[in-house]
Amino acid sequence: MSQTRKQLLTDPLVDNNPITLQVLGICSALAVTSSLNVAFVMSLAVIAVCGFSSLFISILRHYIPNSIRIIVQMVIIASLVILVDQIIKAYAYEISKTLSVFVGLIITNCIVMGRAEAFAMKNKPFESFVDGVGNGLGYSLLLMSVGVIRELFGSGTLFGITIFNSISNGGWYVPNGLLLLPPSAFFIIGFIIWGVRTWKKSQVEAREYKIQTLEEH
Amino acid sequence: MSKPNNIFTKFKDLPVDGMTKTLFVAITLCLVCSMVVSFAAVNLKDVQEVNKAIDKQKNILQVAGLYYEGIDVEKSFASFQPIVVDLNQGKFTDKFDPFNFDDRKAAQDPELSISLKEDPASIGRRTNFATVYLLKKDDGSLDKIILPIHGYGLWSTLYGFIALEKNGNDIFGLQFYQHAETPGLGAEVDNPKWKAQWKGKKLHNNSGELMITVAKTSKNKDHHIDALAGATLTSNGVDNLVKFWMGESGFKKFLSNLKNGTA
Repeated sequence: MSQTRKQLLTDPLVDNNPITLQVLGICSALAVTSSLNVAFVMSLAVIAVCGFSSLFISILRHYIPNSIRIIVQMVIIASLVILVDQIIKAYAYEISKTLSVFVGLIITNCIVMGRAEAFAMKNKPFESFVDGVGNGLGYSLLLMSVGVIRELFGSGTLFGITIFNSISNGGWYVPNGLLLLPPSAFFIIGFIIWGVRTWKKSQVEAREYKIQTLEEH
Repeated sequence: MSKPNNIFTKFKDLPVDGMTKTLFVAITLCLVCSMVVSFAAVNLKDVQEVNKAIDKQKNILQVAGLYYEGIDVEKSFASFQPIVVDLNQGKFTDKFDPFNFDDRKAAQDPELSISLKEDPASIGRRTNFATVYLLKKDDGSLDKIILPIHGYGLWSTLYGFIALEKNGNDIFGLQFYQHAETPGLGAEVDNPKWKAQWKGKKLHNNSGELMITVAKTSKNKDHHIDALAGATLTSNGVDNLVKFWMGESGFKKFLSNLKNGTA
């Protein structure tokens, strides 16, 4: 793989992460990260949808009339999401019950639509596919990191396997119930963004305005 | 392609943003996408139906307290005997094959159901025939009775099972397998701690009145289930549906027949 293509794949992991830098796709990240199994299936679903929607949109990019381009993108994304939803329902029924509406909501996930509009409409199919998968991976990386923290400290398990034996099972660990509730993901994602921007100073956004004090006048 | 009048060449030369091509792209895309989606839906339907059936069996095992992680659902389910009950007569019927009978479909069929005048559970029509599951002990005697129940909560119809001891009065458990109540509030009907309350509660008092209640407070410990905090309407829904299905229009006749050995 050439250098640029590799960058398309690896850039969205940290340097241009859709969640930490672009702050997109937060809603589903809050909802599906309380257990790793669910987060993992959701990650696969987003990677697949993001990759293939970019691929198909890129193949069609010269034929898509400008006036209906957003609708065309949505139709392609929506069809892929329904496809993924049906497959999950058929082969991972338990998880599909937990994911419920969130697979359907991939349609409105800004990451997928954002890559289609910003990259796939102007680039070749293979590059677009790699870019889509890369962004899906960036999303997944964050989803899994948040999932590890929430499941480990929220229920003392990882992928359902007991790590900290909880008190209710006769162990020593008192699970932190807050971590199983959606708001906790807000804090965790906030801390991760803080961490990443402290590590990579270039990600800090420039101030748009400064509050003036009276003395300076 | 050398003929200038060729209809394809003409079409090809049209501007991408023109009306004709816009319509063409829109219609073709919709056709292709709908074909892909329906192809997937039709082909995966069988697998999904099997999953749903296993999920239902799993819930029956759970309500009977037999489920544990990694259990072979289909094998363990063999200890249950599904049987169709005629609710109006309160007796078993062999008119239908219990393995294929669909209570929910029957509730839509005017010949197999009645329209309810008094409808506390907000279900509209009640099926005349319901599939119940009898759990037998190893020696063949009755152990538990699992009855299907459903009714409206706040946002959705809750579908579930109630498990009764063989006397038809003591509750062993309650479990909903399908609902769309508010996560964190109404959806707490799935909370194991809340469900555990049902165990050992009695449907009727000694004089045979239906006493079971889901409420905030009650003096009657034997019949009282704590309502869910912050989910009054879901709790009311559960209260209504349990009362309905355990009452005259529900399984009451069947349960007393079963007790007297005349079912």
